[in-house]
Amino acid sequence: MLEAKSPFELRVNLGKDLPETAVKDALASGDMGFLHSFTTGSTVDGPGVRVVAWTTGCGWRCQYCHNPDTWTMRNGIPVSVAKAVEELRKYRRGLQTMAGGLTISGGDPLMQDRFVVKLLAAARAMQVHTCIETNGYFGEKLSDAELATIDLVMLGIKTWDDERHTKLTGRPVERTLAFARRLSALRKPMWVRFVLVPGLTDDPEDIANIAKFAAGLGNVERVEVLPFHQMGRFKWEQLGMRYALDAVEAPSPEAVERACEIFRSAGLKAL
Amino acid sequence: MAANVKERAPDATAPWEGFRPGIWHKEVNVRDFIQQNYTPYDGDASFLAPATARTQGIWKKLNELFVEERKKSVLDVSPIPASITAHAPGYIDRDNEIIVGLQTDAPLKRAIMPNGGFRLVATALKTYGYTPDPNVVETFTKYRKTHNDAVFDAYTADVRRCRSSHILTGLPDAYGRGRIIGDYRRVPLYGVNRLIERKQEEKSALDDSPSTDAIIRDREELAEQIRALKELLQMAASYGFDISLPARSARDAVQWLYFGYLAGVKEQNGAAMSLGRVSTFLDVYFERDLRGGVLTESQAQEIVDDFVIKLRIVRFLRTPEYDNLFAGDPTWVTESIGGMGDDGRSLVTKSSFRMLQTLYNLGPAPEPNLTIWYTPQLPLGFRNFSAKVAIDTSALQFESDEIMRRSWGDDGAIACCVSPMLLGKQMQFFGARSNMAKCLLYAINGGRDEVSGEQIGPTCAPVQGDVLDFDDVLARFEKSMDWLAGVYVNAMNIIHYMHDKYAYERVEMALHDYAPLRTMAFGMAGLSVVADSLSAIKHAKVRVVRDATGLVTDYKTDGEFPKFGNNDNQVDQLATWAVSTFMSKLRKYPTYRNAVHTQSILTITSNVVYGKATGNTPDGRRLGEPFAPGANPMHGRDTHGIHASAASVAKIPYRDAQDGISLTVSLVPGGLGRVAEDRITNLTSILDGYFSSTGFHMNVNVLNREMLVDAMDHPENYPNLTIRVSGYAVNFIRLTREQQTDVINRTFHGSA
Repeated sequence: MLEAKSPFELRVNLGKDLPETAVKDALASGDMGFLHSFTTGSTVDGPGVRVVAWTTGCGWRCQYCHNPDTWTMRNGIPVSVAKAVEELRKYRRGLQTMAGGLTISGGDPLMQDRFVVKLLAAARAMQVHTCIETNGYFGEKLSDAELATIDLVMLGIKTWDDERHTKLTGRPVERTLAFARRLSALRKPMWVRFVLVPGLTDDPEDIANIAKFAAGLGNVERVEVLPFHQMGRFKWEQLGMRYALDAVEAPSPEAVERACEIFRSAGLKAL
Repeated sequence: MAANVKERAPDATAPWEGFRPGIWHKEVNVRDFIQQNYTPYDGDASFLAPATARTQGIWKKLNELFVEERKKSVLDVSPIPASITAHAPGYIDRDNEIIVGLQTDAPLKRAIMPNGGFRLVATALKTYGYTPDPNVVETFTKYRKTHNDAVFDAYTADVRRCRSSHILTGLPDAYGRGRIIGDYRRVPLYGVNRLIERKQEEKSALDDSPSTDAIIRDREELAEQIRALKELLQMAASYGFDISLPARSARDAVQWLYFGYLAGVKEQNGAAMSLGRVSTFLDVYFERDLRGGVLTESQAQEIVDDFVIKLRIVRFLRTPEYDNLFAGDPTWVTESIGGMGDDGRSLVTKSSFRMLQTLYNLGPAPEPNLTIWYTPQLPLGFRNFSAKVAIDTSALQFESDEIMRRSWGDDGAIACCVSPMLLGKQMQFFGARSNMAKCLLYAINGGRDEVSGEQIGPTCAPVQGDVLDFDDVLARFEKSMDWLAGVYVNAMNIIHYMHDKYAYERVEMALHDYAPLRTMAFGMAGLSVVADSLSAIKHAKVRVVRDATGLVTDYKTDGEFPKFGNNDNQVDQLATWAVSTFMSKLRKYPTYRNAVHTQSILTITSNVVYGKATGNTPDGRRLGEPFAPGANPMHGRDTHGIHASAASVAKIPYRDAQDGISLTVSLVPGGLGRVAEDRITNLTSILDGYFSSTGFHMNVNVLNREMLVDAMDHPENYPNLTIRVSGYAVNFIRLTREQQTDVINRTFHGSA
């Protein structure tokens, strides 16, 4: 059994006993990674019915994050590539039948780029469709050859205005956009994920700028407008962290539809 | 086997005009008729017609009666003991009904069927405030012995103990056994006269056989079958129909077929009174009439709708205890739809779609129990429509066409939930189920019941020491299974001997070939509790807690252990071991009428009652806590999503569970995809995935808000319930109540 357990619980300090050098070696070689959890049968993390692995470690601090326990790498469970591949192999035939594949999400998977590259290459070798979901901040860590082992990149674009972006995530937006342009140049299929948070990311002009940018890339197959939800709130509470969005309501279906329309009017498929 | 029959007079074959002839002309062979004549349909659902005003009118009338019925539990009871001809014709709205016939003389009025057991009838009547006719009481207590009386005359002390300790439960010893499906299609295709002739031939063919017990019984049964067919003719005549000859139109074909089924449910209060596999058979008639220009699509749908209305109002008089066991008032009027033929053509026709369309035209309902014989080979249009209907109504179940066709043939049907049988050629002796978790606890306690402390199994030394040893427990468990299997087969042999003798299904068996293949369907509840308990004993450290009398009543477990439902062979193989081992034990004991031993991993909703009667188990389940339903992993323990959970269940070998392996899946719509189109594609993919592996059965519940609220109080009814949004998954039943409320509000208000 892969030791990374269910995605349903909060993960804290599961890798804390590992010596610092071991962590460094693991990150450098990619023979071992830190997983928050994995699940199967997901229909909302890329095309088809998929296996999803969530890595731990993320340098961003998005205010609306619903998995804040994935921020710290050592909250995850150390898992060897060999073990992860063995587990994935059990689902190989099913993933092919169900037009699914492997999605590595996080956290930011590119915090553990060597591990991710090895896992994706193994998945590709067994003819399993591969996908990563990332904010693109560390996109440069992947070579063009490594990007070639990825069938689909789901890139989160949080907001357009740089000041707003920095306030929302703790980082500027430019490196995300640079990675998007690089994927465009490589004609790498891409989905844009945009989280609609009332009062934070719902400025129509801001959305229109993202839409214009995404439409200009030429490789964006789909834009997913993800309505903000409060299901991650309890994790913030349990981690003893201050949650800034207590008072924020989920956007109405109409608001989601309006955001989709902005993307559609730029010529994108949005849902 | 099918006997040849004489060439027919011309007038009798006229109804077959336009049909391609074949072996079915020479012998009673419905499968051949279908194969020669059906029109496979590869298209989508766009041709379907909505409900007509007439259909809506009839349905509205019934809905008013349903309201009354819900208030009183039982709308009305007829005091007349039921038989095929006991009641005068009844109607819902005589001038507007297209298909006629009711179980009694009024809709939803229930009949008493004392042959199965008078005690059950008397209890039910008393519960609902009716006084039985004194003559009926006298007849069934003084002059006419019932199945129930007879079974208890022959039960052994062992069987009685096992019943009262709830290690064997739900045995059909006080009510009709059901799960026998007459091949009702024979009635329209051949007309009743020819079916009577055939039974007479089968009976005369026995004249040269020596009169052994078995042959005498066969002769008497055939005589009863012939009598029942004659009563079927009379009953149809009372509605103004002569069904002695074959049906001439689609409407008549449906009517004739329904009369056959109606005769069955007029006389038998079977636990499951399934319909068979009629849609594609009837489609041949619909196609002929549509081709001939005498029927429109709307009229065709109207006939199917009216037929389904009749199937929805089948009622039996049962006790509240029975209804609690099965959460409602189920009749399991199962209709099998789809599947492939042996020649590689899909058996999907337009009428397969029409049958599903009734769920839109009349609204969702549990009956008839529409069951898709699924394989990824079915046409995409049908697979997608089935997925859509499942998402919209939660009223479909799916079963592996591949597994069932290869085992039994391409003209099979499901009885009840998961029991496959070849129509008209196979029947089963239904046997409810054994409580396998209790069987394990008896092994630990030397045959003493963990709740009552009573000695139920043969006395032997209980486990010694404080920590359970895996090998020791396994050896004891095998012995315990051996004993239970013996008692169980004994009980079943007695029950079915007496059921044949005192409550024989005359008309249903008249619509079978002579000497059909008989299976004896045993069952197992609590499989995932057993697997996880064995896993705990093997992979963690389980200490026992004894009461003052030395009885082990609780367990303390240190350490982690793999749990069934996560696609982990370390524990999954313990589940398959339990199934195969118990099956091999059952097979050691001879069965009544040489029936083939089978077993199901199915509980329907009785998993709650089984759990209630079972003490603490080594897996950490507490006394009284429900089991998981069927072969499901324990709720909340399958923590890696539906693919992993289903993969564990798919490992249970069908060869050792030939009566079916049930998996129930609960999903919220958003968990199937972000938009409606994705949801259909993804559910189709999930079904393709499960049924292209070794998956046997999948019940798909797509939950709405009310169901999610219910899941807060009854987590056991909502297995593997995961709320998923992109990048986030939460196992609903593991959340605190406050979190659950929050999730419900978020899932169905806005953020779905």
